[in-house]
Amino acid sequence: MEELNALFHGFSVVLTPHNLLLMFVGITLGVIIGVLPGLGGANGVAILLPLTFTMSPTSAIIMLSCIYWGALFGGAITSILFNIPGEPWSVATTFDGYPMAQQGRAGEALTGAFTSSFVGALVAVLLFTFLAPLIANFALQFGPPEFFSVYLLTFCSFIGTGKGNPFKILAAMMLGFAMAAVGIDIITGGLRLTFGFTELLSGFHFLVAVIGLFGIGEILLSMEEGLSFSGHTAKINPKIVLETWAKLPRYWATSLRSCIIGCWMGIIPGGATPASFMSYGVARKASRNGDKFGTGQLEGVVAPETAAHAAGTSALLPMITLGIPGSPTAAVLLGGLLIWGLQPGPLLFVEQKDFVWGLIASMYLGNIAGLIVVLTMVPFFAAILRVPFPIIAPIIVVICAIGAYTVKNNMFDVWMMVAFGAIGYVFKKLDYPLAPMVLALVLGDAAESSFRQAMLISQGDLTVFWSNWLVGSLTTLALALLVWPLFAALLARLTAPSGTRGAST
Amino acid sequence: MENAKDRAGRAVRVVTMDVIVAALIFALGAVVVYESYRLGSRWGADGPDAGYFPFYIGLLICISSGVVLVQSLFRLKRESKIFVRQDQFMQVLVILVPATIYVLGIEYIGIYVPSLVFIGLFMRFAGKYSGLRSAVVGLAVSAIAFMLFEVWFKIPLPKGPFEKLIGF
Repeated sequence: MEELNALFHGFSVVLTPHNLLLMFVGITLGVIIGVLPGLGGANGVAILLPLTFTMSPTSAIIMLSCIYWGALFGGAITSILFNIPGEPWSVATTFDGYPMAQQGRAGEALTGAFTSSFVGALVAVLLFTFLAPLIANFALQFGPPEFFSVYLLTFCSFIGTGKGNPFKILAAMMLGFAMAAVGIDIITGGLRLTFGFTELLSGFHFLVAVIGLFGIGEILLSMEEGLSFSGHTAKINPKIVLETWAKLPRYWATSLRSCIIGCWMGIIPGGATPASFMSYGVARKASRNGDKFGTGQLEGVVAPETAAHAAGTSALLPMITLGIPGSPTAAVLLGGLLIWGLQPGPLLFVEQKDFVWGLIASMYLGNIAGLIVVLTMVPFFAAILRVPFPIIAPIIVVICAIGAYTVKNNMFDVWMMVAFGAIGYVFKKLDYPLAPMVLALVLGDAAESSFRQAMLISQGDLTVFWSNWLVGSLTTLALALLVWPLFAALLARLTAPSGTRGAST
Repeated sequence: MENAKDRAGRAVRVVTMDVIVAALIFALGAVVVYESYRLGSRWGADGPDAGYFPFYIGLLICISSGVVLVQSLFRLKRESKIFVRQDQFMQVLVILVPATIYVLGIEYIGIYVPSLVFIGLFMRFAGKYSGLRSAVVGLAVSAIAFMLFEVWFKIPLPKGPFEKLIGF
């Protein structure tokens, strides 16, 4: 096939010692960036972009995309070890990853996360290789109604089988939406809910909230039992990687499902974050161990990580074929392309074959190299947890403060981080769930603006959400997922054998 | 058992916190509702106004927190599950108060020196490590952060008079 030939040509371009060195450097830098909360893959790529001006475009994009991979992997590390999501799409990984680390299974969680990421990204790259033009056309069909239906689908797939007081869940989620609404209103340009505070002009940034709620909140919780509390006893087990690999094939269905979710979420500029939440929500509903999610299920780590990385990788596809970046990091890479005089679009495949297939080849190799690098360091990462708490606690606070500051170069965000920390502490103890709140904060603004844009287009007509097969099926699916748990519960009660019903009354 | 109870001292119950927090959230929701109403919360010819969604969000906040408030008020007498004991709360303050002072420090003298002081003092007084070890760790973290952000990545973090002295 023509594509395979081109791919092998691409490999030959990449496999020079110079480029291989750049790959490893890029991955290492990327992991460091991913680990530092708040720095973000997009920031990291943007900062290091100038470094690459002296290189050839092919080498440069190889290094930058490897930084991108590294950041994707790195985000999972702090999520699992410290409950601090290093990247927005790592939030869902904390739900089961952190409990696993607390139970002394950090190595297992890390291996599961990295391997799932690799699989997700690999599938996405395969898609990239063979289906690039086809997929590109699909991305063009997404307008505001379609975007809103995707966000609706994300919410509905995530909410549902939550335990606990439904009113607390509702309150938490609504608080998230309220926080998302603060700031400049996209449609009218006016200020909302700022009450004259200029610091609130740009609203609450999701990352600041997350660093505070999850990171600082967790430290406050851990402090309760006093400082005699020593580091988690994670044994350094070099065989942990192999042991976890033995367990992973069990979750092939989850993995496949998450790949699909991730790939198509990444292609549309929806991004890796909704993909990870949706994948987690769907896995929780579909799995036999669904009700144990949140207590440290390996499956709960596999699902979001596979989806997030599949999405992060597919995000590069519309960037290259259409010039439409699927994620903030892809946007920076797009900027790089333009600086080098490369025009994204279908012609790129024809005119700059070396570059494009070199990039695609580097995606395979970078992914593999990245996996090797992080897996060899899993025991080392897990060992970080053995550092005694009185040492690690202030260091985490410092890192969080740096992270919160670098989001917008704003001291206000650091103060907000402390406030969110206290809120996170109280909410966790009172069983107000943080996940729906964070999801609402992340997607609230985007969901609302796409809804209102859709309304502007349709002039207030709600049926626009069923106007074509794509948006109609998404909306229907979303609503179906929402009512499914209720329906299933009802069904279960109606069909229970009369013996048990008698016993319960 | 005797010792544990003596040590615990006073405590706050979960239900009490439930009531307080639900009331606070309700108040917040009310503020959101009022502000949205002021912004305009109708559904115009072109779709919803700026305050439309926040209005209903605020309303839902009030309703849900109101329900939680009432539920908790009913349980106020009966339930005794503890939210936090005095000794536990003191431990939380051991990091929360210094952290707040730390952020205050960042505001005025940059991030690198307060980080050094915060880590060093915390290790020394809360962790009971030796002064030397605390100073070393604090200095190491601060220095690494400095190299990483100011020199290498060139991401500007808050700086103060000390950094000016060395030319940054």
